Amino acid sequence: MAGLAPPTAGGGNAAPASSQNGWTQRIVILVPYVWLLVFFLIPFFIVLKISLSEQVRAAPPYAPVFDILTDPAATTLEKLSMLGLGNFGRIFSDTLYIEAYLTSVVIAGISTFATLLIGYPIAYGMARAPREWRATLLMMVILPFWTSFLIRVYAWIGILADEGLLNNVLMGLGLIDEPLHIMSTNYAVMIGIVYSYLPFMILPLYSALEKMDDTLLEAAQDLGCTPFKSFWLVTFPLSLPGVIAGCFLVFIPAVGEFVIPDLLGGSETLMIGRTLWEEFSSNTDWPLSAAVAILLLLLLVVPIVIFQNQQAKMQESGR
Amino acid sequence: MGAKTLGPVRRRFSPWNDPDAKPLIEFKNVIKRFGDFTAVNDVSLKIYEREFFALLGPSGCGKTTLMRMVGGFDEPTSGDVLLDGKSIKGVPPYHRPVNMMFQSYALFPHMNVKENIGFGLKMDGLPKGEIDARVQEMLKLVKLEPFATRKPHQMSGGQRQRVALARSLAKRPRVLLLDEPLGALDKKLREETQFELMDLQMTLGMTFLIVTHDQEEAMTVADRIAVMDHGKLIQVAPPSEIYEQPNSKYVADFIGDINLFEGKVAACADNVIRMESPALGTVIEVEDDEHCTVGEDAWFAVRPEKMRISLDQPAQTGLNVVAGEVWDIGYLGDSSIYHVKLANGKTVRATIANTDRMVERPIGWEDKVWLTWPRDAGVVLTR
Repeated sequence: MAGLAPPTAGGGNAAPASSQNGWTQRIVILVPYVWLLVFFLIPFFIVLKISLSEQVRAAPPYAPVFDILTDPAATTLEKLSMLGLGNFGRIFSDTLYIEAYLTSVVIAGISTFATLLIGYPIAYGMARAPREWRATLLMMVILPFWTSFLIRVYAWIGILADEGLLNNVLMGLGLIDEPLHIMSTNYAVMIGIVYSYLPFMILPLYSALEKMDDTLLEAAQDLGCTPFKSFWLVTFPLSLPGVIAGCFLVFIPAVGEFVIPDLLGGSETLMIGRTLWEEFSSNTDWPLSAAVAILLLLLLVVPIVIFQNQQAKMQESGR
Repeated sequence: MGAKTLGPVRRRFSPWNDPDAKPLIEFKNVIKRFGDFTAVNDVSLKIYEREFFALLGPSGCGKTTLMRMVGGFDEPTSGDVLLDGKSIKGVPPYHRPVNMMFQSYALFPHMNVKENIGFGLKMDGLPKGEIDARVQEMLKLVKLEPFATRKPHQMSGGQRQRVALARSLAKRPRVLLLDEPLGALDKKLREETQFELMDLQMTLGMTFLIVTHDQEEAMTVADRIAVMDHGKLIQVAPPSEIYEQPNSKYVADFIGDINLFEGKVAACADNVIRMESPALGTVIEVEDDEHCTVGEDAWFAVRPEKMRISLDQPAQTGLNVVAGEVWDIGYLGDSSIYHVKLANGKTVRATIANTDRMVERPIGWEDKVWLTWPRDAGVVLTR
């Protein structure tokens, strides 16, 4: 749902085409561009057009509907004049939407930070593990993907509910007297996001940490660094590309997350993905929800561009 | 240059012959095992202040492990390592007054040249002004002043090597450890850098411990060389002694080119060893004060450049002379190497220095030649 451009978009970085194999190279580069055109750019323009339309009680529930094949030119022009930015005006005039955007960014931001705090030690441990174990450990990180995402999120209801596993265990141990009310709060949403997106944090971190040269740490210690200091002065700065990649891979989809807030969040969890769904299904206001989606995309374009720049810089420096 | 004036001092420099000299580094019966593998096997060695000491041997001989024990990256399984007379066992690398220049250079890729060189000084908590001054001094020393703000990946291999050297020298360590420091450089640059290293070591008056598998490199730079094999020290001596007085077939063969003749000791008297070698059809007489036993199996080792090759039969045959046929000639520019096939099928190598230009070389392929050598040309080896 987040418009993360596929890595193939980096085709622009390919070596300049030599005259000999120029056309084969162009075809190779063309494939991802055609893919982007058909499955990203065209749907994007359809959504953009809907966002500029008006809600009507009909099927489809918006107007005008263009029919390029049968409409005479005059009708098309008339229909074009019906398009407008009214839906965007409604979003900005209603604090509900602004609030939803802000809440999404805050929840996604906190969750991303928590994912980093949990993911870094795991990735570090994996990268430092004996070589023959690493493939197994990597497998274990990816293993949850074999089960449906939806089922895994449902499972958290069973864990976090007032009568759920967590509360039963804590009360059984005598640590708490009354059940913790986690389910249907923003905390539950954050727990869900951290759990669901952890592999996306671990994998780039692991790949950054795994290729680190151990002699750099020896050199740091040789020059008077304690192991703790050498982590902060050498390991961490060198893993920054992985940290940045991981953070964006978690933050960007988390902002637009719908399933997790819907299942684990309460009525007060006002995340933009959920708001969008409400407008789309309950209110059948396709134009407004399309406008919400367009604004979400614009909101995410900034971090995406930063992310892409970072990737390009990393490739340049040969790391 | 200060280095030049220290020349004669260096020639007289031999603290290892002084029984009262205190070693800077001392290995005492050091054994290091990795699982079943014994990397260092009972090594005892003394290295002195201001010495340029080389550990030489093929890969896997334990030379790097021995050095890493000085740096603190490996701990001996048994035995002790002393620095300035005090055991440094268990002292972590960051508390040892020694620095290492890594084979891969191990420059921090996220720091520029200045930050790399100043890293150790910063760790010591030196004031900023002092760090800057010392970094400048180091940049000047390795002639890298214009590159202070470059990142390592923007530099050539030779420049990176200098940054690594400057970084390891910046803290003025008691001992500088050099792990194959020139291995990644091309031949010409390597030879230049060898002499620069020697000058640097003289100027700074520091103790250098170098690990290398390149015998020429060790011969060039070192005051003393320890030749290692399978975790043991085979011979520890100055380069000329290693070359002219190898103590074993292994050392003789590892350093430079050598001819080995098998035989039996027939007599030892008045510092002359007489060896009989029926396979060669000659008696070998060697001036050697080594102890030997009559009847013992022995090898006569003689360097190709100490052999004389001639078309004329020498006056005296049967003593220090063999006859053969020129099988191959290798023209190396400064010298030519002759492979002479003896009657028993063995090949002997003899080199001739090409001191004159444009002369017809009198000895050619398939010529019958005589190889002779004086009594002091080689050594008798019994192991």
